[in-house]
Amino acid sequence: MERPAWAPRSIDISVPSVSRIYDFYLGGSHNFEVDREAARRAMEFMPGLPKIMQANRAFMRRAVRFAADQGIDQFLDIGSGIPTFGNVHEVAGRSRPGARVVYVDHDPVAVAHSEAVLAGHDDADVVAGDLLKPREILASPQVERLIDLNRPVALLLVAILHFVEDEDDPYAAVAELSDALAPGSLLVLTHASYEGIPLPAERAGGAVDVYKDIRNPLIMRSREDIARFFEGYDMVEPGLVPMPRWRPEGEPEEEDPYAFSGFAGVGRTA
Amino acid sequence: MSGEPDGPQDRLRRFATIWSRAVFPVTSTSSTRTEFEAELLPLARRLSKVLRARSFDAEEARAVGAALVDAHCTDPEALSQTLDCVDAYLVLYCGEGGDPEDLRARSARLQHAMAAGFAGALRARTLAEQEAIAQAALKAQGVVAEALHASEARFRAVFEGAAIGIGIADLDGNILQVNQALMRMFGIADPALGGRRAMEWTHPDDAPQVWRLYQELVRGEREHYHVEKAFYRPDGTVLWTNLTVSLLRDADGTPQYQLALMEDTTERRLLNLRLRYEATHDALTGLPNRSFFFERLEKALNAGPGQRFGLCYLDLDGFKAVNDSLGHAAGDRLLVEVADRLQACATAPGEMVARLGGDEFVALTTGPDTRHEVDELAGRIMNALLSPVSVDGRELTVRGSIGIVEGPAGERSPAEVLRSADITMYRAKSAGGNRFELADPEADARVITRHGLTTALPAALERGEFFIEYQPLVHLGDGSVRGAEALVRWLHPQHGVLGPDRFIPLAEHTGLIVPLGRWVLEQSVLQARLWRERYGEGGAAGPLRINVNLSPCQLTHPGLVQDTVEILERTGVAPDALCLEVTESALIGADDDLLKPLRRLAEMGVDIALDDFGTGYSNLANLRRLPVSVLKLDRSFTQSMQQFPADPVDLKIVEGIVALAHSLDLAVTVEGVETGAQAEQLRILGCDTAQGWYYARPGPPERLHELALVDATG
Repeated sequence: MERPAWAPRSIDISVPSVSRIYDFYLGGSHNFEVDREAARRAMEFMPGLPKIMQANRAFMRRAVRFAADQGIDQFLDIGSGIPTFGNVHEVAGRSRPGARVVYVDHDPVAVAHSEAVLAGHDDADVVAGDLLKPREILASPQVERLIDLNRPVALLLVAILHFVEDEDDPYAAVAELSDALAPGSLLVLTHASYEGIPLPAERAGGAVDVYKDIRNPLIMRSREDIARFFEGYDMVEPGLVPMPRWRPEGEPEEEDPYAFSGFAGVGRTA
Repeated sequence: MSGEPDGPQDRLRRFATIWSRAVFPVTSTSSTRTEFEAELLPLARRLSKVLRARSFDAEEARAVGAALVDAHCTDPEALSQTLDCVDAYLVLYCGEGGDPEDLRARSARLQHAMAAGFAGALRARTLAEQEAIAQAALKAQGVVAEALHASEARFRAVFEGAAIGIGIADLDGNILQVNQALMRMFGIADPALGGRRAMEWTHPDDAPQVWRLYQELVRGEREHYHVEKAFYRPDGTVLWTNLTVSLLRDADGTPQYQLALMEDTTERRLLNLRLRYEATHDALTGLPNRSFFFERLEKALNAGPGQRFGLCYLDLDGFKAVNDSLGHAAGDRLLVEVADRLQACATAPGEMVARLGGDEFVALTTGPDTRHEVDELAGRIMNALLSPVSVDGRELTVRGSIGIVEGPAGERSPAEVLRSADITMYRAKSAGGNRFELADPEADARVITRHGLTTALPAALERGEFFIEYQPLVHLGDGSVRGAEALVRWLHPQHGVLGPDRFIPLAEHTGLIVPLGRWVLEQSVLQARLWRERYGEGGAAGPLRINVNLSPCQLTHPGLVQDTVEILERTGVAPDALCLEVTESALIGADDDLLKPLRRLAEMGVDIALDDFGTGYSNLANLRRLPVSVLKLDRSFTQSMQQFPADPVDLKIVEGIVALAHSLDLAVTVEGVETGAQAEQLRILGCDTAQGWYYARPGPPERLHELALVDATG
């Protein structure tokens, strides 16, 4: 594992991590008691949280397959977390053997775990990087090695932007990344929102507070604000919609009501 | 997998559908339910086989249970739903043709085995994932630790390799760590030697605020301070540093350590001292130089009440001759020796000797009693110069002139004091040198005025500040006015009317006498013409004549004859109306070159008078050679005749001179006639003309005519 320039002074696994909480929601055991404790507290307010995560994974799977069908064979997944199953390189590799994937996360534990999972995969690698420092990500040796920025790339920002506060200007970070992408690239994005949650907002707010408590505030944005991330992109049909409604392969109506929380969309650079 | 409706395949598929519908909601899979059902179908087939096999294959049942975990059915509810489904539907859909009792029993065993397989797989997966995440955390921590280690190693390298001295101490002043550079600065080899307390590192030169700043810092009232500070090295030598001390706080802001950064400035300080020394000392003699002396003098002059100063300003007599004849190197050696001797003269506190430049030195004494100390100091200096100085095997006699200024502090500026000393020194020098003189305010004032007049002269001529007065020349025989002597005056804006004795020597000195003399000549000749025009060719004695003084400088000026001729021609005045007076002293030893212009003028008809006759070395024999037609007897001869009866010896002398003059065909004029008796006496002695207060004081040209009329009628 390459030593990140911004390495924290220490790693405190007594502090919950959103990556490990996510893993817990997905039934994984890549987590510690602090993570599970936080996850359970959030689930007291929103018992369907795992379903939202599952919907995210399912959307991502469909989007990656869509991108592969569009001929894209390079993927940059920022905020990749702890890959348990159904990861981009697995999905993409099945559609397009030889597809190249670079994962990016700022959680050193997630990065270390990804490295272990990806050991022996020449076509995938992981970067310890921060979404808010796009230039460092783009200039990393891993991106340099695996991704040709002169050709279309699928940029995945799945369930990450709602962890970036407005004062850190996530729009600028996305714009800077987008500027680096060749025409025909895709932006694959999901974002949490109070819209679509089958609960009163106050109750959902309890779960939001849990994230605030663990110093990873969850920023719920309106559909309008989420759409602004796609500035400069042509929206792929059906546009910015609840996750189950984006190019469903089964019956959306069969999905859990929680799966309709938040929005998902894919845009294409002109 | 197709099969006829309600055939075994179709029934199997229906079982899988029921199963997937029951479990899908509790799985974590990202597959769709259809895909999930497709995943379950092979498992359903395997279950069907186990159900109908002749002997029970528990392993296979366990494997199906484990496969559920692989399909991400990790929620216990998934097992519960699965077992419910198997219990209710497996026999129904897959048990066709078997014994219902056996099938039920087999299904029950199958479920037990599935549950065990599921649990085993789930436990294995959980442990594997826990292990994986623990490993990842460990690895990440290792990476961070490595980064920390690298960064610490980097900082250690900075600390050790820095050119600047770094030391860390706790707030009690215990020195915890010092770097190599600091040890080098202090000349210590063992870091433990640095383990002293900061408070021990005092030095007598510590500025008063150093330890106050220190206390403020360790109390947390100050973040840092910067001082210039000296330290003793263990070997006793002194280390000078630029010291910056900063307070280090922990993450909560509590003061923890003090960090000292020091730069060795010892060399630079020495260099500064040397530069300061060089800037304030004379390179040749090593004595304090002019600027250093002025600094000290200024201090002495600003000293409090009761304090006085005494200054000896020494200039060597004839030093230029030493330089010119023996060369500058010899001159320099002489100066060095003189400097050493002077230095030995002023060793008391409050005394100093400095070289102002060239061969000029000053000695300064300060204190309450300089009135008599400065005399002693000057005496010591004169004594010190008594014995000859040996330079290149020659014994050189050194003499000097000293100007002494002494006085109370607080009255004069350094420049004023030095000017007074300079003037006084020149007074000593012009009195013959090898002596000292005490400053005298009047003498100073004279010199200062003289200086002022000298510099004002050229502008005065341009501005027309000069004017001419005329003193009548009276014929002793008949008392008629025969002419007048032109006497130049300066109407000075500040000093009023100044006589020629105040400024003619200055004009001589600066050469301004030439234009000034020309102006006087021109004005006088013009006046002579006016007189002739107004009063005709005069009375019995012919036209009024004009006497004009020629200074020695004018005498040697090449333009003298030409200027005179030109003025006479321009004004139309006959040469015989003009008499040029030349002092006897100016003609002493005169050669033919000097006399030539006078001869030319005399040949033209201009009278030449020998002025102040009898004051110089009167070479009577020489009189014949001179183109002179008039002798003007100095007033010293006539003074004795003011009493009655006159000194018979004086009478004889005058009588003799007159006889001599007449025998050489020279007319005799006497000056300074103040009484009638005097005039009568001089007439009897045979003098031709006279001037003096008895007749008239010098005055404006109009007065002359009045006198002439009075005389003519009288």
